[in-house]
Amino acid sequence: MIPELGHFALALACVIAVAQSVLPVVGAARRDARWMATAVPLALGLLLSVGTAFGSLLWAFAVNDTTVANVVANSHSAKPLIYKLSGSWGNHEGSMVLWVLILALCGAAVAGFGRNLPTALKARVIGVLGWIATGFLLFIVFTSNPFERVWPPPMDGRGLNPVLQDPGLAMHPPTLYFGYVGYAVTFAFAVAALLEGRVDAAWGRWVRPWALGAWCFLTVGITMGSWWAYYELGWGGYWFWDPVENASLLPWLAGTALLHSAIVVEKRDTLKIWSVLLAILAFAMSLLGTFLVRSGVLNSVHAFANDPARGVFILALLMVYVAGAFAIFAWRAPRLAPTGIFAPISREGALVVNNLLICSIAAVVLAGTLWPLFADILTGAKISVGPPFFNTATAPLAIPLVVAMPVGAMLPWKRADLWAALQRLWWAAAAALLIGFLSLAAAGYPVWPALGMALAAWLVAGAAADIADRIGLLRRPSQAWRRALSLPRAAWGAAIAHGALGVSLAGIAGMGVATDTLVQLNPGQSTRLAGYEWRMDGLSDVTGPNYRARRATVTVLRDGAVVTVLRPERRSFVVDNQTTAEAAIHTNAMRDLYAVLGEERDGAAVLRLHHNPFAPWIWFGGLIMAFGGMLSLSDRRMRVAAPAPKGATVPA
Amino acid sequence: MTRKKRRLMVLLLAGLGLGTATALTLTAFQDNLVFFLSPSDVIAQRPPAERAFRLGGLVEAGSVERVTASDGRPSATFRVTDGPNTITVTYTGVLPDLFREGQGVVTLGRLQPDGSFRASEVLARHDETYMPPEVADALRRAGHWNPAQGAAPPAASWNTAPRQPDGRSGG
Repeated sequence: MIPELGHFALALACVIAVAQSVLPVVGAARRDARWMATAVPLALGLLLSVGTAFGSLLWAFAVNDTTVANVVANSHSAKPLIYKLSGSWGNHEGSMVLWVLILALCGAAVAGFGRNLPTALKARVIGVLGWIATGFLLFIVFTSNPFERVWPPPMDGRGLNPVLQDPGLAMHPPTLYFGYVGYAVTFAFAVAALLEGRVDAAWGRWVRPWALGAWCFLTVGITMGSWWAYYELGWGGYWFWDPVENASLLPWLAGTALLHSAIVVEKRDTLKIWSVLLAILAFAMSLLGTFLVRSGVLNSVHAFANDPARGVFILALLMVYVAGAFAIFAWRAPRLAPTGIFAPISREGALVVNNLLICSIAAVVLAGTLWPLFADILTGAKISVGPPFFNTATAPLAIPLVVAMPVGAMLPWKRADLWAALQRLWWAAAAALLIGFLSLAAAGYPVWPALGMALAAWLVAGAAADIADRIGLLRRPSQAWRRALSLPRAAWGAAIAHGALGVSLAGIAGMGVATDTLVQLNPGQSTRLAGYEWRMDGLSDVTGPNYRARRATVTVLRDGAVVTVLRPERRSFVVDNQTTAEAAIHTNAMRDLYAVLGEERDGAAVLRLHHNPFAPWIWFGGLIMAFGGMLSLSDRRMRVAAPAPKGATVPA
Repeated sequence: MTRKKRRLMVLLLAGLGLGTATALTLTAFQDNLVFFLSPSDVIAQRPPAERAFRLGGLVEAGSVERVTASDGRPSATFRVTDGPNTITVTYTGVLPDLFREGQGVVTLGRLQPDGSFRASEVLARHDETYMPPEVADALRRAGHWNPAQGAAPPAASWNTAPRQPDGRSGG
């Protein structure tokens, strides 16, 4: 009964979404207040019905209702409850329902919190969100019904892919989706503004919290995905430039560019057309990501089971939304005349450079991701583009970006003195040179990791210099604390996020000098790696809740003293008839010791051992970056999103 | 700065960015594109030893041998086949969890002077019933499966599919 309720709720949501797509938009065009007023109740109704559908799905998974095909395919009664629930969005159908639920949630948030949005703009934004919801609900109802029944019901489900039974991955899709869907809202704002024919500083102020919020979620989602790949896939890497990973990186890059250009719209009332274009692009990248993951057109290490019909449907949605948005853009953008002017050496100039470089990186990543697809269609050649391509093609763009970051943050609005900004950064530059020299000479790093370390130090010290400069730490130390407290949170957030990129960069540079070895050890035998002695003590059998495992006990010693005992496992999942390697990791925040158990040969264990300096910093950096974004989001300026009167002076 | 001058400047900057990105992409493509070859392709084309490529096919049943390399590291050799032709692959590393005899596999590496293939990566997917599309395509080209006759048979049965008599198969 409950699954039928869910199915009905989905169909109802479809109808509500159609109404939401039409009524408010027509109302806004005719300036009919009653039609426009339907936007809020429709958005809330959509949330209610999609929420009911998702709740029914969760219920079906929680009680392991084997009459539902989706539960049979993705769940099993012996699974812990958390993985039963996470299984509901760990599969294609359920994850699409989650996608639409988050979209409905965002629509309701615009309806509920956007009280000081002009009525017409609000009606249009909610209407455009309705267009997106309609497309995706039709997609679910016609190609991916999560409530399909099977009769007779099997005794039990087939289980969830054991690689996905992991707390990190349980939370990974929802976080990523909040990011993707957040860009649906900025997209809706962009299209609404085009329909309205007006983009002003107030528009920038409304869009920025959404761009920032989506960016924070996406940052956390990518960080979690990368961390999961590191500890669960057991290859010791953190980023593989895999199409599915790139699918989340592309909207992140476009979103990062949007985040920065929206500041310029807000503060200087310029770069408006560009920001609208970026908002459209960010959502196009999110849809492209969904398409790449769902259709399986590209080979990926983490792809879901896929179906070409679904891919075609999402591709059609992508075409309709993006082509439609570009058509509206071409039609209306000439009306958005630029008003502000700016000098090249200024904060807005620096933000243009930022946008240029980030978009170039995104273009390179996009080309590398899609090229195999085009090559296959055009010439039939089976080609893959691997990490060497992405590393060589993005590094020359990323390095100037990182070098320019602290300088740009130092420049004031309107007209700046480059030399003065550089003078205030001299000690950050000195720190960077010192760290670079130390890693090169003292630690014996190769050139690239040493450069990475130097740039990381430059970013962290540059962020510190920015804050020190703003609170006058060197000029008037006695007042610094008071000034630090009154410094806007957005300034803190920006400095923290910029510094956090430095933290991640240090981790990436550290991974550049990581060492690993492959050994075959009998019990009692040991090997040396990176100054540690790794001793294989023995192999044993372990039984988990839904798996059996072989476990190796590896004692790691340094100068005769025990550092840690690592217990890597190979788990066999009975229900799924699958084996996974469970890496054992010991971290002390400065380095990771990482062990993976391979096969066994005549009582000996084949082990892959890694020493990864600074590895945890990669994900710490990602989390700090998201924290900086959230801090900035909590700034007073974001909460008081009142429209500024036109032509008002904006404090620089 | 006049509006015209500013517009020119923005255009110039954008052109510079786009140009750099294109140049970087093209140069990186030149060196880093990795082609997929089936054993028959390798026999026909003889790719140069310095060029990395991906070799895919079925792991021949009974061909997997676990050996110890000259430097004492554990490694494995196996034969990858597409029916008519077979290539011997050496791999030093932990074989993926889903590596099974008789199933599809994709390996990344370089051809050795003796005609064997030294793999630096062996890819197998999380899903045991999954057949890499390139492998399915290679098998179709080798005459094992005709798409006109319907969907591909399950991956596990590929190895026992009828072979051409001159196939150097061991299983």
